[in-house]
Amino acid sequence: MLKTTPFHERTSALCVSHAWRRWAGHVVASSYELTHEREYHVIRSAAALFDVSPLCKYLVRGRDAARLLDLIVTRNVHKAAVGQVLYTPWCDHAGKVIDDGTVARLDETTFRMTSAEPNLRWLQDNATGLEVNIADISNGIAALSLQGPMAWSILQSLGAPALKYFRIAAASLGGIAVTVSRTGYTGDLGFEIWTDAANALPLWDVVMAAGRPYGMMPTGLLALDMARIEAGLMLIDVDYVPANKALIPSQLSSPYELDLAWTVNLDKERFIGRDALAREKAAGPAWQFVGIELEWNSLERLYADAGLATRLPNAAWRMSVPLYADREQIGYCTSGAWSPLLKKYIALAHVPTRWAAPGTALEMEMTVEHRRKRTAARVVKKPFFDPPRKRA
Amino acid sequence: MKRYDAIIVGGGHNGLTCAAYLARAGRKVLVLERRERVGGAAVSEEVFPGFRFSVFSYVVSLLRPEIIRELELPRHGLQILPLESTLTPLPNGDYFAQWSDHDQNRRELARHSQRDAEAYDEFGLLLHRMARAIKPLLGVAPPDPTSLDPRELWDLWRLGRYFRELPEKDLYALWKLLTMSAADYLDEWFDGEALKGTKSASGIIGTMLGPRSPGTAYVLLHHYMGELDGVFRAWGFARGGNGSVSAAIAAAAQAHGAEIRTQAPVAKVLVSGGRASGVVLENGEELYGPAIVSGADPRRTFLGLVGEGQLPDDFVASIKRYKFRGSSAKVNLALAEPPRFTCLPEPGPHLRGAFSISPSVDYLEHAYDDAKYGEISRRPYMDIIMPSMLDPSMAPPGKHVMSIFVQYAPYHLNGGWNDARREELGNTVVSTLAEYAPNLPNAILHRQVITPADIERIVGLSEGNIFQGELSLQQMFFLRPAPAWARYRTPIRGLFQCGSGTHPGGGVMGAAGRNAAMAILEGRA
Repeated sequence: MLKTTPFHERTSALCVSHAWRRWAGHVVASSYELTHEREYHVIRSAAALFDVSPLCKYLVRGRDAARLLDLIVTRNVHKAAVGQVLYTPWCDHAGKVIDDGTVARLDETTFRMTSAEPNLRWLQDNATGLEVNIADISNGIAALSLQGPMAWSILQSLGAPALKYFRIAAASLGGIAVTVSRTGYTGDLGFEIWTDAANALPLWDVVMAAGRPYGMMPTGLLALDMARIEAGLMLIDVDYVPANKALIPSQLSSPYELDLAWTVNLDKERFIGRDALAREKAAGPAWQFVGIELEWNSLERLYADAGLATRLPNAAWRMSVPLYADREQIGYCTSGAWSPLLKKYIALAHVPTRWAAPGTALEMEMTVEHRRKRTAARVVKKPFFDPPRKRA
Repeated sequence: MKRYDAIIVGGGHNGLTCAAYLARAGRKVLVLERRERVGGAAVSEEVFPGFRFSVFSYVVSLLRPEIIRELELPRHGLQILPLESTLTPLPNGDYFAQWSDHDQNRRELARHSQRDAEAYDEFGLLLHRMARAIKPLLGVAPPDPTSLDPRELWDLWRLGRYFRELPEKDLYALWKLLTMSAADYLDEWFDGEALKGTKSASGIIGTMLGPRSPGTAYVLLHHYMGELDGVFRAWGFARGGNGSVSAAIAAAAQAHGAEIRTQAPVAKVLVSGGRASGVVLENGEELYGPAIVSGADPRRTFLGLVGEGQLPDDFVASIKRYKFRGSSAKVNLALAEPPRFTCLPEPGPHLRGAFSISPSVDYLEHAYDDAKYGEISRRPYMDIIMPSMLDPSMAPPGKHVMSIFVQYAPYHLNGGWNDARREELGNTVVSTLAEYAPNLPNAILHRQVITPADIERIVGLSEGNIFQGELSLQQMFFLRPAPAWARYRTPIRGLFQCGSGTHPGGGVMGAAGRNAAMAILEGRA
């Protein structure tokens, strides 16, 4: 049976499209309106409200909580200040990524970890001998993500405290106890609001009412998928295969191969995968995760040759699409979208290191009128969209 | 004394576009703008505290995608938001709506006419093909079929070959579109009065013609050529208002090294020996350069900045005959609350699209009847949007800005425009709207009424024509603005035109500015 989120009573009433997408065993709106176009645009022009409750959430408490998390993730948890949130991947002993998520330090000995996949067993198995309590609070905590240039104005109107990028604090929104983190999956100014599932409906009502004067809209996953590609943010099972699901070695990825070198703290004495990662760093990763931009003129020519106006996807795609250099397939894209914001056709791709430098000319496969063609593309820096307001 | 490779007179979006392309090609470019801000008729201004308006032009769609790409306008801050629906409230309390979702749209069409619902997709497909057929014309200097210039003959041959490749039925359809009235053309397709009224409105915008006047079908197509994300007939508006379009183009121009001076009104183009050598500002300052490019309309450029005495008589006669006849006005409202339409009183997605006061072709033709004899339409056509619905930065939280395009408000008004007539126009607009949304009059916090005379005075568009001259067939393509002088050249060597008064015309397209720059760079202008 698919689960619904604690907001379902409200979201289902608003979801006139009846378009739902599965997410970690739950159903969440793909789009609320009949088309997702406006929902996409409010992320960049006003504010979008996402139900992100299906995220896996763990409460890790106790004297050794920091020690456990520091052992598991690649970033330095001991150095995290109270009220700080870390985005981080975590690896197996071979240094291959199992999952990625956030670790929030709620107080000296209490952390909340979010992940895409269940990680309770991994946490427990690595906690042997440590004084730590691990609770799966996935069902107990409801979460909303409020993203867009007006996100702060809306929270401010509710009396939320000011937060720096990747910080978290307790707050009361309309009398409801929540924690608010300045995090998100859109690459924009944005916040995530966490509360007990029992408070979900009143919280929804409070945020919806506060958002209305600011043009906020409840927004589904179709729009989110476009925004996260613009932000250059990868998605598990789409852009990489988690190590514990990989069937063959070529499906494995290290943080270095996912453009997450900045999250790997080799100064830490010990963490899972450290030795393998140190070796990989020294040798240099074989693959890189890069941004790809298609050349418009080439794309237009392909369609013109077929007698058609250039056709652009109106939603993000998630599939493996071959990339070529000198007529040989050298890599593959895993997600892509036409960005109405940037007016560019962009994609996320895996390419061998020698093809990864920004500016490298490649070709992407594209099927035009049933025929496989290749369209000119080049490697560009990620993120594709990085507004100053994200960190300001 | 500073010298420039090119001096652009007028910092409207076309002047800025031309400057950006010239600067991008390494030319030393100066833009001179009379007002305190660039943008011409594409400006955003905080007319009332907290409320920002696209004071004149208000939507983006015709802006050429290649300009957005080549000048990297998104990187320079341009963000285009979609305007997906159009609501036409009807006098009987019902409404007619066009929605972006195909099924929803078809159901709504069928509610009014089952036949229209079925014809609609076919009509859309035909106009899509027509827009595609015309599209190559937009990006080139229009060749004159009478010319013997080998380069023009070459261009003509290429275009001829292109049109010969069009299917026969598309050529017939194109000819019809070029010659028929919008109303007649739509009658061939549709039954529904509200649909025909609303669609034919695209055919009269900015012209002193009615929906039953021949030639208006082409204007309808002109508005269909708007293209967003590869989709024709997609309309949007710029985040921050249409001033953001100009600001992004200006930023691109500056990034390429162009210099922009505001509050620098040009008094005269310096001409000696049939050649332009520079400009004189109103303060007497002289600036020199081998290329002077005017973004001002043909009348201001030739009869004003250059002067009749410098020009051949037949050319002067052509420019004097060139029709402006501004017919539209703008009303900008600051609102305490959104309108509650009698037909759809609750807030909903319809508020995020356009509203069109165009219940029937007859309604529009009656509006034109008043204007034909020099009066303000007693019940005008209106095209309305509320940008603050999608772009909350335009108004204080919960409040709104409403942009109302009004037609007809003839420039040549009986007795002329004055404050009383301006207020009369404002009152007509509000009372007409109140027939459909009774809460509106009491929701108005501030009102700005801009007549064609105001447009002429503030922006400098002759007779307040928003396209720098009517988009009628006798002054389009190789006839815009004058026979033999349609390729951005002028009878004065070194003097060029880049405004909407040249091919392919107006509508915040930027095409004229880009084409002019290309012509100057190729040395063929």
